[in-house]
Amino acid sequence: MRVRVLLFAQYREFAGTSALEVDLPDGATAGALVAVLRGRGGGLERIPATTAVAVNLEYASSETPLRDGDEVALIPPVAGG
Amino acid sequence: MRTWITRDVIDPAAVLAEVGAPQHGAAVLFLGVVRDHNEGRPVVSIRYEAYEAMAARVLAETAAEAAMRVPGVRIAAVHREERVGELRVGEVSLAVAVSSAHRAEAFDVARDLLEEIKRRLPVWKEERYADGERRWLGGELPPVPQETGR
Repeated sequence: MRVRVLLFAQYREFAGTSALEVDLPDGATAGALVAVLRGRGGGLERIPATTAVAVNLEYASSETPLRDGDEVALIPPVAGG
Repeated sequence: MRTWITRDVIDPAAVLAEVGAPQHGAAVLFLGVVRDHNEGRPVVSIRYEAYEAMAARVLAETAAEAAMRVPGVRIAAVHREERVGELRVGEVSLAVAVSSAHRAEAFDVARDLLEEIKRRLPVWKEERYADGERRWLGGELPPVPQETGR
């Protein structure tokens, strides 16, 4: 399956891009996606393994299973207001 | 109830005008404003980056949750996004307006909504300092839900 990954703020700067397409084994979780990304290096290893994630616009746990076509955002500590 | 993310200058009077009712004796307006210092450093401006689709949804969700606490309360909330340009000292980044029958619940609802926005809204700010350096602020760790079992 393939998911679309969105990166914001400092994560976007670590990676040098705001979006990536990532191929994963079926049944992979959000946590597994983060591990795959960090393993790629190129700045992505600077994203904390414990980062918050959102799947299709909702906060999700690292245990959340992903599906083909999901939009997964890695969410740095938020600082609105 | 009205909530939105904007790239335009926020007009506080327009946000306040979104709430109010003949039976409401209290209206509260909160403004988040860019200030000239943070953690002892002089701040010149702030850039705001939002995950816009999710921020719009979270803002609506938090406002709906706040509205459920007090029957009849009216709420408006807007957050500004400015990725390309910057907000200067004194500019408004966030406005929350709440009206209710009585002042205590208007203040309470506004305060609680604000804290939830701070905790959950997927928005990030990068401060620019007088010496030219920039820094993304640490901010809050958003809530991690239990396994969703989707």
